[in-house]
Amino acid sequence: MKAIEARSITKKYGDVIAVNEVSLNVEDGGIYGLIGPDGAGKTTLIRILTSLLYPESGSAMVLGLDPVREYKKLRKLIGYMPGKFSLYQDLSVEENLQLFASLHNTTIKENYHLIRDIYSQIEPFRKRKAGALSGGMKQKLALSCAMIHKPEILFLDEPTTGVDPVSRKEFWEMLKNLNEDGLTILVSTPYMDEARQCHTIGLMQHGKIMAVDSPENVTTMFKKDLFEIKGQDKYKLLKSIREYQGTDTVYSFGSSLHYTDRSGDFQPRHLEKYLEKQGIAVVIEKISPTVEDTFMALMR
Amino acid sequence: MTDPAPIVSVKNLVKAFGKFHAVDRISFEVFPGEIFGFLGANGAGKTTAIKMLTGLWKPTSGEATVAGYDIYKEAESIKRDIGYMSQKFSLYSDLSVVENIRLFGGIYGLGKEEIKMKSDDLLKRLNLEKEAGSLISSLPLGWKQKLAFSVAMLHDPKIIFLDEPTGGVDPITRRQFWDMIYEAADRGKTIFVTTHYMDEAEYCDRISMMVSGKIAALGTPGALKKGFKARDMDEVFVGIAREGKSLAE
Repeated sequence: MKAIEARSITKKYGDVIAVNEVSLNVEDGGIYGLIGPDGAGKTTLIRILTSLLYPESGSAMVLGLDPVREYKKLRKLIGYMPGKFSLYQDLSVEENLQLFASLHNTTIKENYHLIRDIYSQIEPFRKRKAGALSGGMKQKLALSCAMIHKPEILFLDEPTTGVDPVSRKEFWEMLKNLNEDGLTILVSTPYMDEARQCHTIGLMQHGKIMAVDSPENVTTMFKKDLFEIKGQDKYKLLKSIREYQGTDTVYSFGSSLHYTDRSGDFQPRHLEKYLEKQGIAVVIEKISPTVEDTFMALMR
Repeated sequence: MTDPAPIVSVKNLVKAFGKFHAVDRISFEVFPGEIFGFLGANGAGKTTAIKMLTGLWKPTSGEATVAGYDIYKEAESIKRDIGYMSQKFSLYSDLSVVENIRLFGGIYGLGKEEIKMKSDDLLKRLNLEKEAGSLISSLPLGWKQKLAFSVAMLHDPKIIFLDEPTGGVDPITRRQFWDMIYEAADRGKTIFVTTHYMDEAEYCDRISMMVSGKIAALGTPGALKKGFKARDMDEVFVGIAREGKSLAE
């Protein structure tokens, strides 16, 4: 059985189509990443799957249950960590956790083993009000609250947005540990580099999932030859490559540029010569596309 | 680059909340036309430092000047002479394009004539003449960002503070935004920018990394990568954060 099966889900807000005929499958025990920018429709889709919004049309099965008709049963089986911190700011760390446990007819003690690794990091502050926690600690508390009733699927809506790279890595370690214990995870993120942490990714933009595959295979959707160009004074380099007649796309990527040519058999030395005339020395090398390259190619 | 006078000069700046030093004796300089990346972990003190540099909070101790003004005595002049934009706060989405321009022009103290002139000029330059009456909420994200950035520079400030301007923005729009940053720097504007995207750290001329209230590293992306024997800025960040942690313990 698939953990999640959604067919042609559509949701509109007035004239805006937030989710447009989206279908997706999440394997039992998998980590599925919905990758896309703000406004792609990730939150709406997650809220439909977690029974918090009705779709306009389409249907979904989550753990074999219909989120519209069987929401009561479903809510006992899933955990949900919303994008915005939505715990009670004026309750203490421990009180928040207790509240979530009792809402689900369980106790902290009964399921402590599930959250031990995460909760133990904030336990020294259990008397502190949730509103007074640092960003990283809030995140750990929210995750503990979403896990305390032993859900079979965990939905996380942009858990790492606005979080620094080191804290993001730590958060993903926690998710991986939970997943290794058998938890199915559906997570959304605007950070393309987090794709490689997932088993399956869906690249989402304007209410559509543009591509679905493993992070390794999704880059096969990138059909052109991709070249990396390195040189000094990147802005000058970028501007002059944009004016080159052979240029199809050129984008900044960290310390280098990524380039595709209009023609099928690009000769790097032609571009090198063109740049040389302007006094710019470069190194050009063929490379494999990243998830971000693929996302941008699909966007165009 | 010949060494002109710095546009931002910070010396032993401290902001304490009780015993806790959110910003703990930081010192650095930023030069005109520079793109200066101000990076650090969550809670490292970046926001507190920016609030002091933009004249919103008074420091506990230390010295700093921004655009030639003292941050203790001339905070109001600083506010007038800088631009500020963040992903969270930029334009009012339920006002039209031209209403936003007028509003911010007024806040920056520009005269009626000047606002009219700047507004026409800006709409023309951004190719937004047809959208002058449209609500901000109806514009695509890329246009909104362009407009927000231009509005933040309406009063022709020498320095612009950008606080996570590209958070959650799609990869193409994010790069278009950086084009505008480069252009502005090319025109001599100084850019002070924070980001959590480590590829964007590479686009800066120099970067400072804050850890636990202190500046743990400062230099060009190339020099930092070399110093930390790192392939990219992501590795530099991880290296510095780890080092910072072991120092704190």
